[in-house]
Amino acid sequence: MELIINLLINGLATGMLIFLLAAGLTLIFGLMDVLNFAHGGLFAWGAFSGVWFYGLTNSFTIAIIGAIVTGIVLGFITEKLIITPVYGNHIQQILITLGFMIVLSEMLKVVFGPNQIAAKTPPLLSGSWELGEVIIIKYRLFIIIVGFVIFGIFQFILKRTKIGLIVRAGVMNKEMVQALGINIKQVFLYVFMVGAALAALGGVLMAPYSGVIYAEMGMEFAILAFIVVVIGGMGSFPGSLLAAILVGLAGSFMAYYVPALSLAVNMMLMAIVLIFRPQGLFTVKG
Amino acid sequence: MSSLLKVENVHTHIGQYHILQGVSFEAKAGEVSVLLGRNGAGKTTTLKTIMGLTPATSGAITFEDEAITKNPTHRIASNGIGYVPEDQGIFGALTVEENLKVAMRKDDDSAKERQEYVLNLFPDLKKYWKKDGGHLSGGQKQMLSMARAFVNESKLLLIDEPSKGLAPVVIEKVMEAINEMKKQTTIILVEQNFIMASRIGDTYTLIDDGETVQSGQMSDLVQNEELKRKYLGIG
Repeated sequence: MELIINLLINGLATGMLIFLLAAGLTLIFGLMDVLNFAHGGLFAWGAFSGVWFYGLTNSFTIAIIGAIVTGIVLGFITEKLIITPVYGNHIQQILITLGFMIVLSEMLKVVFGPNQIAAKTPPLLSGSWELGEVIIIKYRLFIIIVGFVIFGIFQFILKRTKIGLIVRAGVMNKEMVQALGINIKQVFLYVFMVGAALAALGGVLMAPYSGVIYAEMGMEFAILAFIVVVIGGMGSFPGSLLAAILVGLAGSFMAYYVPALSLAVNMMLMAIVLIFRPQGLFTVKG
Repeated sequence: MSSLLKVENVHTHIGQYHILQGVSFEAKAGEVSVLLGRNGAGKTTTLKTIMGLTPATSGAITFEDEAITKNPTHRIASNGIGYVPEDQGIFGALTVEENLKVAMRKDDDSAKERQEYVLNLFPDLKKYWKKDGGHLSGGQKQMLSMARAFVNESKLLLIDEPSKGLAPVVIEKVMEAINEMKKQTTIILVEQNFIMASRIGDTYTLIDDGETVQSGQMSDLVQNEELKRKYLGIG
Protein backbone atom coordinates (compact mmCIF):
# COMPACT_ATOMS: atom_id res chain seq x y z
CA MET A 1 0.00 0.00 0.00
CA GLU A 2 2.79 2.42 0.95
CA LEU A 3 4.52 1.67 -2.31
CA ILE A 4 1.35 2.38 -4.27
CA ILE A 5 0.86 5.73 -2.51
CA ASN A 6 4.46 6.71 -3.22
CA LEU A 7 4.12 5.73 -6.85
CA LEU A 8 0.85 7.65 -7.02
CA ILE A 9 2.47 10.82 -5.69
CA ASN A 10 5.42 10.48 -8.07
CA GLY A 11 3.08 9.91 -10.99
CA LEU A 12 0.81 12.79 -10.05
CA ALA A 13 3.76 15.19 -9.69
CA THR A 14 5.17 14.23 -13.09
CA GLY A 15 1.67 14.43 -14.54
CA MET A 16 1.20 17.96 -13.25
CA LEU A 17 4.46 19.14 -14.82
CA ILE A 18 3.38 17.65 -18.14
CA PHE A 19 -0.05 19.24 -17.66
CA LEU A 20 1.46 22.72 -17.31
CA LEU A 21 3.18 22.25 -20.65
CA ALA A 22 0.23 20.56 -22.33
CA ALA A 23 -2.36 23.08 -21.08
CA GLY A 24 -0.86 25.90 -23.14
CA LEU A 25 -0.31 23.61 -26.07
CA THR A 26 -3.90 22.41 -26.19
CA LEU A 27 -5.30 25.95 -25.97
CA ILE A 28 -2.92 27.14 -28.68
CA PHE A 29 -3.91 24.25 -30.92
CA GLY A 30 -7.60 24.38 -30.11
CA LEU A 31 -8.03 28.11 -30.53
CA MET A 32 -5.34 29.04 -33.02
CA ASP A 33 -5.04 25.76 -34.93
CA VAL A 34 -1.29 26.10 -34.50
CA LEU A 35 1.06 23.16 -34.03
CA ASN A 36 3.72 24.73 -31.85
CA PHE A 37 6.78 22.49 -31.59
CA ALA A 38 8.72 25.35 -29.99
CA HIS A 39 6.61 25.02 -26.84
CA GLY A 40 9.22 22.79 -25.19
CA GLY A 41 11.80 25.52 -25.74
CA LEU A 42 9.68 27.90 -23.67
CA PHE A 43 9.54 25.21 -20.96
CA ALA A 44 13.36 24.95 -20.96
CA TRP A 45 13.72 28.74 -20.89
CA GLY A 46 11.40 28.82 -17.89
CA ALA A 47 13.65 26.31 -16.13
CA PHE A 48 16.91 28.12 -16.92
CA SER A 49 15.64 31.62 -16.21
CA GLY A 50 14.00 30.41 -12.98
CA VAL A 51 17.22 28.79 -11.76
CA TRP A 52 19.12 31.95 -12.72
CA PHE A 53 16.69 34.17 -10.79
CA TYR A 54 16.84 31.78 -7.85
CA GLY A 55 20.65 31.92 -7.83
CA LEU A 56 20.50 35.69 -7.99
CA THR A 57 17.87 36.35 -5.31
CA ASN A 58 17.67 33.11 -3.29
CA SER A 59 13.90 33.50 -3.47
CA PHE A 60 11.88 30.73 -5.13
CA THR A 61 8.89 33.07 -5.45
CA ILE A 62 10.96 35.53 -7.46
CA ALA A 63 12.33 32.60 -9.48
CA ILE A 64 8.77 31.57 -10.38
CA ILE A 65 7.74 35.13 -11.23
CA GLY A 66 10.93 35.62 -13.26
CA ALA A 67 10.31 32.42 -15.21
CA ILE A 68 6.70 33.37 -15.91
CA VAL A 69 7.73 36.84 -17.14
CA THR A 70 10.39 35.22 -19.34
CA GLY A 71 7.71 32.93 -20.74
CA ILE A 72 5.36 35.84 -21.44
CA VAL A 73 8.08 37.85 -23.21
CA LEU A 74 9.26 34.87 -25.25
CA GLY A 75 5.65 33.99 -26.01
CA PHE A 76 5.05 37.50 -27.36
CA ILE A 77 8.18 37.36 -29.52
CA THR A 78 7.41 33.84 -30.77
CA GLU A 79 3.81 34.66 -31.72
CA LYS A 80 4.71 37.91 -33.46
CA LEU A 81 7.82 36.72 -35.32
CA ILE A 82 7.37 32.99 -35.81
CA ILE A 83 3.67 32.10 -35.66
CA THR A 84 1.90 35.07 -37.28
CA PRO A 85 3.37 34.48 -40.76
CA VAL A 86 2.33 30.81 -40.80
CA TYR A 87 -1.28 30.89 -39.54
CA GLY A 88 -3.37 28.36 -41.46
CA ASN A 89 -0.45 26.30 -42.77
CA HIS A 90 0.40 23.27 -40.63
CA ILE A 91 3.43 22.15 -42.64
CA GLN A 92 5.04 25.58 -42.35
CA GLN A 93 4.12 25.68 -38.66
CA ILE A 94 5.84 22.36 -37.97
CA LEU A 95 8.98 23.36 -39.88
CA ILE A 96 9.35 26.84 -38.43
CA THR A 97 8.48 25.94 -34.84
CA LEU A 98 10.78 22.91 -34.89
CA GLY A 99 13.51 25.19 -36.20
CA PHE A 100 12.74 27.77 -33.54
CA MET A 101 12.82 25.05 -30.89
CA ILE A 102 16.43 24.32 -31.91
CA VAL A 103 17.21 28.05 -31.87
CA LEU A 104 15.75 28.37 -28.35
CA SER A 105 17.79 25.38 -27.13
CA GLU A 106 21.00 26.67 -28.68
CA MET A 107 20.37 30.14 -27.29
CA LEU A 108 20.18 28.58 -23.83
CA LYS A 109 23.70 27.21 -24.36
CA VAL A 110 24.90 30.63 -25.53
CA VAL A 111 23.39 32.45 -22.54
CA PHE A 112 23.82 29.89 -19.74
CA GLY A 113 26.67 27.73 -21.06
CA PRO A 114 26.63 24.28 -22.69
CA ASN A 115 26.74 22.21 -19.50
CA GLN A 116 23.97 20.87 -17.31
CA ILE A 117 23.13 23.10 -14.38
CA ALA A 118 22.25 21.82 -10.92
CA ALA A 119 18.97 23.08 -9.49
CA LYS A 120 18.37 23.22 -5.75
CA THR A 121 15.08 22.66 -4.01
CA PRO A 122 14.14 25.68 -1.87
CA PRO A 123 14.71 24.91 1.84
CA LEU A 124 11.03 25.36 2.72
CA LEU A 125 10.05 22.68 0.23
CA SER A 126 12.99 20.33 0.87
CA GLY A 127 12.71 17.08 2.75
CA SER A 128 9.74 14.86 3.31
CA TRP A 129 7.06 13.81 5.73
CA GLU A 130 6.91 10.25 6.91
CA LEU A 131 3.44 8.94 7.63
CA GLY A 132 4.09 5.39 8.76
CA GLU A 133 5.70 3.68 5.83
CA VAL A 134 4.56 6.35 3.41
CA ILE A 135 7.14 8.98 2.51
CA ILE A 136 5.68 12.16 1.09
CA ILE A 137 8.31 14.32 -0.55
CA LYS A 138 7.28 17.92 0.12
CA TYR A 139 8.33 19.30 -3.24
CA ARG A 140 6.29 16.71 -5.14
CA LEU A 141 3.23 17.52 -3.09
CA PHE A 142 3.89 21.20 -3.81
CA ILE A 143 3.93 20.51 -7.57
CA ILE A 144 0.67 18.56 -7.32
CA ILE A 145 -1.00 21.39 -5.41
CA VAL A 146 0.28 24.02 -7.87
CA GLY A 147 -1.01 21.91 -10.77
CA PHE A 148 -4.51 21.62 -9.31
CA VAL A 149 -4.56 25.31 -8.33
CA ILE A 150 -3.57 26.33 -11.87
CA PHE A 151 -6.24 24.01 -13.26
CA GLY A 152 -8.83 25.54 -10.92
CA ILE A 153 -7.86 29.11 -11.82
CA PHE A 154 -8.00 28.39 -15.54
CA GLN A 155 -11.26 26.50 -15.30
CA PHE A 156 -12.71 29.50 -13.48
CA ILE A 157 -11.40 31.89 -16.14
CA LEU A 158 -12.63 29.70 -19.00
CA LYS A 159 -16.05 29.06 -17.50
CA ARG A 160 -16.87 32.24 -15.62
CA THR A 161 -15.26 35.19 -17.36
CA LYS A 162 -15.95 36.94 -20.65
CA ILE A 163 -12.44 36.34 -21.96
CA GLY A 164 -12.82 32.65 -21.08
CA LEU A 165 -16.10 32.52 -22.99
CA ILE A 166 -14.43 34.13 -25.98
CA VAL A 167 -11.58 31.60 -25.89
CA ARG A 168 -14.02 28.68 -25.65
CA ALA A 169 -16.14 30.11 -28.44
CA GLY A 170 -13.01 30.69 -30.52
CA VAL A 171 -11.99 27.04 -30.14
CA MET A 172 -15.39 26.12 -31.63
CA ASN A 173 -15.78 28.70 -34.39
CA LYS A 174 -13.14 31.39 -34.95
CA GLU A 175 -14.92 32.95 -37.93
CA MET A 176 -18.11 33.52 -35.95
CA VAL A 177 -16.22 35.05 -33.03
CA GLN A 178 -14.75 37.64 -35.39
CA ALA A 179 -18.18 38.27 -36.90
CA LEU A 180 -19.37 39.18 -33.39
CA GLY A 181 -16.85 42.04 -33.30
CA ILE A 182 -14.05 40.35 -31.39
CA ASN A 183 -10.45 40.82 -32.50
CA ILE A 184 -9.47 37.16 -32.57
CA LYS A 185 -5.83 37.93 -33.47
CA GLN A 186 -5.46 39.82 -30.22
CA VAL A 187 -7.02 36.88 -28.36
CA PHE A 188 -4.58 34.54 -30.17
CA LEU A 189 -1.66 36.62 -28.92
CA TYR A 190 -2.90 36.62 -25.31
CA VAL A 191 -3.57 32.89 -25.37
CA PHE A 192 -0.14 32.24 -26.81
CA MET A 193 1.52 34.35 -24.12
CA VAL A 194 -0.47 32.63 -21.37
CA GLY A 195 0.42 29.23 -22.85
CA ALA A 196 4.09 30.24 -22.89
CA ALA A 197 3.83 31.43 -19.27
CA LEU A 198 2.37 28.07 -18.23
CA ALA A 199 5.17 26.24 -20.04
CA ALA A 200 7.75 28.41 -18.31
CA LEU A 201 6.08 27.76 -14.95
CA GLY A 202 6.28 24.04 -15.68
CA GLY A 203 9.96 24.48 -16.50
CA VAL A 204 10.87 26.32 -13.30
CA LEU A 205 8.96 23.76 -11.20
CA MET A 206 10.66 20.94 -13.08
CA ALA A 207 14.15 22.20 -12.21
CA PRO A 208 14.27 21.26 -8.48
CA TYR A 209 12.20 18.13 -9.25
CA SER A 210 14.81 16.67 -11.59
CA GLY A 211 17.82 18.30 -9.86
CA VAL A 212 19.54 19.21 -13.12
CA ILE A 213 18.49 21.17 -16.16
CA TYR A 214 19.86 20.99 -19.69
CA ALA A 215 19.05 22.68 -22.97
CA GLU A 216 17.44 19.62 -24.59
CA MET A 217 14.96 19.03 -21.74
CA GLY A 218 12.32 21.04 -23.59
CA MET A 219 12.11 18.64 -26.51
CA GLU A 220 11.81 15.59 -24.22
CA PHE A 221 8.91 17.09 -22.30
CA ALA A 222 7.28 18.58 -25.40
CA ILE A 223 6.87 15.08 -26.85
CA LEU A 224 5.07 13.99 -23.66
CA ALA A 225 2.93 17.12 -23.82
CA PHE A 226 1.93 16.40 -27.42
CA ILE A 227 0.95 12.86 -26.43
CA VAL A 228 -1.16 14.33 -23.63
CA VAL A 229 -2.88 16.80 -25.97
CA VAL A 230 -3.75 13.97 -28.38
CA ILE A 231 -5.02 11.69 -25.59
CA GLY A 232 -6.96 14.46 -23.83
CA GLY A 233 -8.57 15.83 -26.99
CA MET A 234 -7.18 18.79 -28.90
CA GLY A 235 -8.38 22.03 -27.34
CA SER A 236 -9.75 20.47 -24.14
CA PHE A 237 -8.35 21.85 -20.89
CA PRO A 238 -9.85 19.17 -18.56
CA GLY A 239 -8.83 16.56 -21.13
CA SER A 240 -5.23 17.69 -20.82
CA LEU A 241 -5.31 17.39 -17.04
CA LEU A 242 -6.77 13.90 -17.13
CA ALA A 243 -4.40 12.74 -19.86
CA ALA A 244 -1.37 14.28 -18.12
CA ILE A 245 -2.25 12.47 -14.88
CA LEU A 246 -2.74 9.22 -16.84
CA VAL A 247 0.63 9.60 -18.57
CA GLY A 248 2.33 10.56 -15.30
CA LEU A 249 0.85 7.61 -13.40
CA ALA A 250 1.48 5.14 -16.21
CA GLY A 251 5.12 6.25 -16.37
CA SER A 252 5.53 6.02 -12.60
CA PHE A 253 3.98 2.57 -12.19
CA MET A 254 5.58 1.09 -15.29
CA ALA A 255 9.02 2.39 -14.28
CA TYR A 256 8.68 0.38 -11.08
CA TYR A 257 6.91 -2.76 -12.24
CA VAL A 258 8.00 -3.11 -15.89
CA PRO A 259 10.96 -0.77 -16.35
CA ALA A 260 11.62 -2.01 -19.87
CA LEU A 261 8.23 -0.66 -20.95
CA SER A 262 8.35 2.65 -19.08
CA LEU A 263 9.33 4.67 -22.15
CA ALA A 264 6.91 2.90 -24.47
CA VAL A 265 3.88 3.15 -22.19
CA ASN A 266 2.97 6.70 -23.27
CA MET A 267 3.03 5.78 -26.94
CA MET A 268 0.95 2.69 -26.14
CA LEU A 269 -1.59 4.82 -24.29
CA MET A 270 -1.80 7.22 -27.21
CA ALA A 271 -2.16 4.36 -29.71
CA ILE A 272 -5.00 2.81 -27.67
CA VAL A 273 -6.84 6.12 -27.42
CA LEU A 274 -6.37 6.82 -31.12
CA ILE A 275 -7.74 3.39 -32.04
CA PHE A 276 -10.83 3.54 -29.83
CA ARG A 277 -11.45 7.29 -29.57
CA PRO A 278 -9.52 9.18 -32.26
CA GLN A 279 -10.91 12.53 -31.15
CA GLY A 280 -9.34 12.08 -27.68
CA LEU A 281 -10.95 11.52 -24.28
CA PHE A 282 -12.68 14.91 -24.29
CA THR A 283 -14.05 16.52 -27.41
CA VAL A 284 -14.73 20.16 -28.00
CA LYS A 285 -18.16 20.46 -29.64
CA GLY A 286 -18.39 22.80 -32.61
CA MET B 1 -34.08 57.14 -48.27
CA SER B 2 -30.31 57.31 -47.90
CA SER B 3 -28.06 54.41 -48.75
CA LEU B 4 -26.67 52.69 -45.66
CA LEU B 5 -24.52 50.15 -47.47
CA LYS B 6 -23.25 50.36 -51.01
CA VAL B 7 -21.60 47.46 -52.83
CA GLU B 8 -19.94 48.51 -56.08
CA ASN B 9 -18.59 46.10 -58.69
CA VAL B 10 -17.20 43.73 -56.08
CA HIS B 11 -15.03 40.79 -57.14
CA THR B 12 -14.03 38.04 -54.71
CA HIS B 13 -11.68 35.11 -55.20
CA ILE B 14 -11.65 32.09 -52.92
CA GLY B 15 -8.44 30.19 -53.58
CA GLN B 16 -8.18 29.91 -57.35
CA TYR B 17 -11.92 30.42 -57.90
CA HIS B 18 -13.36 33.74 -59.05
CA ILE B 19 -16.66 33.64 -57.15
CA LEU B 20 -17.99 37.20 -57.28
CA GLN B 21 -17.47 38.76 -60.69
CA GLY B 22 -19.12 42.13 -60.32
CA VAL B 23 -21.75 42.40 -57.61
CA SER B 24 -23.35 45.81 -57.08
CA PHE B 25 -26.34 46.89 -55.01
CA GLU B 26 -27.42 49.28 -52.31
CA ALA B 27 -29.19 48.74 -49.02
CA LYS B 28 -31.26 51.75 -48.03
CA ALA B 29 -31.76 52.57 -44.37
CA GLY B 30 -34.89 51.00 -42.90
CA GLU B 31 -35.46 48.60 -45.79
CA VAL B 32 -35.15 44.86 -46.26
CA SER B 33 -33.02 44.16 -49.33
CA VAL B 34 -33.25 40.59 -50.54
CA LEU B 35 -30.47 38.88 -52.50
CA LEU B 36 -31.97 36.31 -54.81
CA GLY B 37 -30.47 33.78 -57.16
CA ARG B 38 -29.94 30.10 -57.77
CA ASN B 39 -27.76 27.87 -55.58
CA GLY B 40 -24.12 28.76 -56.05
CA ALA B 41 -24.92 32.17 -57.60
CA GLY B 42 -22.75 33.97 -55.03
CA LYS B 43 -25.31 35.25 -52.49
CA THR B 44 -23.62 33.78 -49.40
CA THR B 45 -20.21 34.90 -50.63
CA THR B 46 -21.60 38.41 -51.06
CA LEU B 47 -22.60 38.49 -47.37
CA LYS B 48 -19.24 37.01 -46.34
CA THR B 49 -17.44 39.59 -48.44
CA ILE B 50 -19.38 42.43 -46.79
CA MET B 51 -18.34 40.96 -43.41
CA GLY B 52 -14.70 40.70 -44.53
CA LEU B 53 -14.69 36.92 -44.06
CA THR B 54 -13.87 36.41 -47.74
CA PRO B 55 -12.41 39.84 -48.51
CA ALA B 56 -13.10 41.49 -51.87
CA THR B 57 -10.22 41.41 -54.31
CA SER B 58 -11.54 44.51 -56.09
CA GLY B 59 -14.49 46.85 -56.02
CA ALA B 60 -15.75 48.97 -53.14
CA ILE B 61 -18.03 48.46 -50.14
CA THR B 62 -19.10 51.51 -48.19
CA PHE B 63 -21.07 51.53 -44.95
CA GLU B 64 -22.41 54.88 -43.72
CA ASP B 65 -20.24 56.53 -46.40
CA GLU B 66 -17.08 54.94 -45.01
CA ALA B 67 -15.05 52.45 -47.06
CA ILE B 68 -14.99 49.08 -45.27
CA THR B 69 -13.70 46.94 -48.15
CA LYS B 70 -10.34 46.23 -46.53
CA ASN B 71 -11.43 46.36 -42.89
CA PRO B 72 -10.97 43.27 -40.70
CA THR B 73 -14.13 41.36 -39.82
CA HIS B 74 -14.17 42.35 -36.14
CA ARG B 75 -14.06 46.04 -37.01
CA ILE B 76 -16.87 45.68 -39.55
CA ALA B 77 -18.99 43.96 -36.90
CA SER B 78 -18.10 46.55 -34.26
CA ASN B 79 -19.19 49.31 -36.65
CA GLY B 80 -22.71 47.93 -36.39
CA ILE B 81 -23.14 45.09 -38.87
CA GLY B 82 -24.64 41.91 -37.40
CA TYR B 83 -24.29 38.59 -39.21
CA VAL B 84 -26.47 35.49 -39.14
CA PRO B 85 -24.62 32.86 -41.18
CA GLU B 86 -26.25 30.12 -43.21
CA ASP B 87 -25.09 27.44 -40.74
CA GLN B 88 -26.16 29.68 -37.83
CA GLY B 89 -22.66 29.59 -36.30
CA ILE B 90 -23.89 28.53 -32.86
CA PHE B 91 -21.22 27.70 -30.29
CA GLY B 92 -22.37 24.18 -29.51
CA ALA B 93 -20.72 23.74 -26.12
CA LEU B 94 -21.89 27.14 -24.83
CA THR B 95 -25.34 27.59 -23.34
CA VAL B 96 -27.94 29.90 -24.88
CA GLU B 97 -27.04 32.47 -22.22
CA GLU B 98 -23.32 32.18 -22.99
CA ASN B 99 -23.89 32.42 -26.74
CA LEU B 100 -25.58 35.77 -26.18
CA LYS B 101 -23.02 36.90 -23.62
CA VAL B 102 -20.11 36.34 -26.02
CA ALA B 103 -21.82 38.65 -28.49
CA MET B 104 -22.73 41.44 -26.07
CA ARG B 105 -20.24 44.26 -26.37
CA LYS B 106 -21.54 46.17 -23.34
CA ASP B 107 -22.33 45.00 -19.84
CA ASP B 108 -24.38 47.89 -18.50
CA ASP B 109 -28.09 48.42 -17.83
CA SER B 110 -28.79 49.39 -21.44
CA ALA B 111 -27.23 46.10 -22.60
CA LYS B 112 -29.42 44.17 -20.16
CA GLU B 113 -32.51 46.00 -21.41
CA ARG B 114 -31.53 45.20 -24.95
CA GLN B 115 -31.07 41.54 -24.05
CA GLU B 116 -34.51 41.50 -22.48
CA TYR B 117 -35.99 43.09 -25.59
CA VAL B 118 -34.33 40.49 -27.83
CA LEU B 119 -35.52 37.67 -25.58
CA ASN B 120 -39.05 38.98 -25.88
CA LEU B 121 -38.66 38.72 -29.64
CA PHE B 122 -37.54 35.11 -29.27
CA PRO B 123 -39.33 33.90 -26.12
CA ASP B 124 -38.38 30.25 -26.75
CA LEU B 125 -34.78 31.11 -25.91
CA LYS B 126 -35.75 31.88 -22.31
CA LYS B 127 -36.98 28.31 -21.91
CA TYR B 128 -33.64 26.92 -23.02
CA TRP B 129 -31.50 29.51 -21.26
CA LYS B 130 -29.12 26.98 -19.67
CA LYS B 131 -29.21 24.47 -22.51
CA ASP B 132 -26.13 23.94 -24.70
CA GLY B 133 -26.46 25.53 -28.13
CA GLY B 134 -25.53 22.21 -29.72
CA HIS B 135 -28.62 20.57 -28.22
CA LEU B 136 -31.14 23.02 -29.71
CA SER B 137 -33.39 22.19 -32.66
CA GLY B 138 -32.75 23.80 -36.05
CA GLY B 139 -35.40 26.44 -35.47
CA GLN B 140 -34.13 27.27 -31.99
CA LYS B 141 -30.59 27.59 -33.35
CA GLN B 142 -31.87 29.99 -36.00
CA MET B 143 -33.62 32.10 -33.34
CA LEU B 144 -30.48 32.12 -31.20
CA SER B 145 -28.30 33.11 -34.13
CA MET B 146 -30.63 36.01 -34.98
CA ALA B 147 -30.91 37.07 -31.34
CA ARG B 148 -27.13 37.04 -31.04
CA ALA B 149 -26.71 39.25 -34.10
CA PHE B 150 -29.39 41.65 -32.83
CA VAL B 151 -28.35 41.91 -29.19
CA ASN B 152 -25.99 44.84 -29.93
CA GLU B 153 -28.35 47.27 -31.65
CA SER B 154 -26.88 46.55 -35.08
CA LYS B 155 -27.49 49.18 -37.73
CA LEU B 156 -27.49 46.53 -40.43
CA LEU B 157 -28.24 42.82 -40.22
CA LEU B 158 -27.03 40.29 -42.78
CA ILE B 159 -29.21 37.20 -42.60
CA ASP B 160 -28.33 34.17 -44.71
CA GLU B 161 -31.13 31.73 -45.58
CA PRO B 162 -33.06 31.86 -42.29
CA SER B 163 -35.74 29.45 -43.51
CA LYS B 164 -33.34 26.76 -44.70
CA GLY B 165 -34.25 23.32 -43.39
CA LEU B 166 -37.02 24.61 -41.11
CA ALA B 167 -40.59 23.38 -40.77
CA PRO B 168 -43.32 25.76 -42.12
CA VAL B 169 -44.56 26.61 -38.63
CA VAL B 170 -41.04 27.59 -37.56
CA ILE B 171 -40.55 29.61 -40.74
CA GLU B 172 -43.63 31.65 -39.76
CA LYS B 173 -42.04 32.42 -36.39
CA VAL B 174 -38.77 33.42 -38.07
CA MET B 175 -40.69 35.70 -40.43
CA GLU B 176 -42.54 37.33 -37.57
CA ALA B 177 -39.24 37.99 -35.84
CA ILE B 178 -37.67 39.47 -38.98
CA ASN B 179 -40.71 41.70 -39.47
CA GLU B 180 -40.26 42.94 -35.90
CA MET B 181 -36.51 43.46 -36.35
CA LYS B 182 -37.22 45.34 -39.57
CA LYS B 183 -38.85 48.09 -37.52
CA GLN B 184 -35.54 48.76 -35.81
CA THR B 185 -32.83 48.05 -38.32
CA THR B 186 -31.88 47.64 -41.95
CA ILE B 187 -31.69 44.08 -43.23
CA ILE B 188 -29.97 42.34 -46.12
CA LEU B 189 -31.56 38.94 -46.53
CA VAL B 190 -30.46 35.98 -48.60
CA GLU B 191 -33.47 33.74 -49.10
CA GLN B 192 -34.29 30.86 -51.47
CA ASN B 193 -37.93 30.73 -50.36
CA PHE B 194 -39.39 33.30 -52.75
CA ILE B 195 -42.76 33.46 -51.01
CA MET B 196 -41.06 34.42 -47.77
CA ALA B 197 -38.62 36.77 -49.51
CA SER B 198 -41.40 38.59 -51.35
CA ARG B 199 -43.43 39.03 -48.16
CA ILE B 200 -40.56 40.53 -46.20
CA GLY B 201 -38.46 42.28 -48.85
CA ASP B 202 -38.75 45.88 -49.99
CA THR B 203 -36.14 45.64 -52.72
CA TYR B 204 -34.38 42.79 -54.49
CA THR B 205 -31.07 42.13 -56.19
CA LEU B 206 -30.79 39.20 -58.56
CA ILE B 207 -27.37 37.57 -58.63
CA ASP B 208 -26.39 35.02 -61.24
CA ASP B 209 -22.95 33.45 -61.77
CA GLY B 210 -21.42 35.92 -59.31
CA GLU B 211 -22.80 39.01 -61.06
CA THR B 212 -25.67 41.35 -60.33
CA VAL B 213 -28.29 40.84 -63.02
CA GLN B 214 -30.96 43.25 -61.89
CA SER B 215 -32.11 45.23 -58.86
CA GLY B 216 -35.41 46.90 -58.13
CA GLN B 217 -38.56 47.01 -56.04
CA MET B 218 -39.78 43.63 -54.78
CA SER B 219 -43.33 44.46 -55.91
CA ASP B 220 -42.04 44.73 -59.51
CA LEU B 221 -40.30 41.36 -59.33
CA VAL B 222 -43.44 39.69 -58.01
CA GLN B 223 -45.19 40.78 -61.23
CA ASN B 224 -42.30 39.86 -63.53
CA GLU B 225 -42.89 36.22 -64.44
CA GLU B 226 -40.14 36.12 -67.03
CA LEU B 227 -37.42 37.29 -64.66
CA LYS B 228 -38.56 34.86 -61.98
CA ARG B 229 -38.60 31.98 -64.45
CA LYS B 230 -35.22 32.83 -65.95
CA TYR B 231 -33.24 33.41 -62.79
CA LEU B 232 -35.15 31.72 -60.00
CA GLY B 233 -36.73 28.81 -61.87
CA ILE B 234 -40.22 29.68 -60.63
CA GLY B 235 -43.40 31.12 -62.03
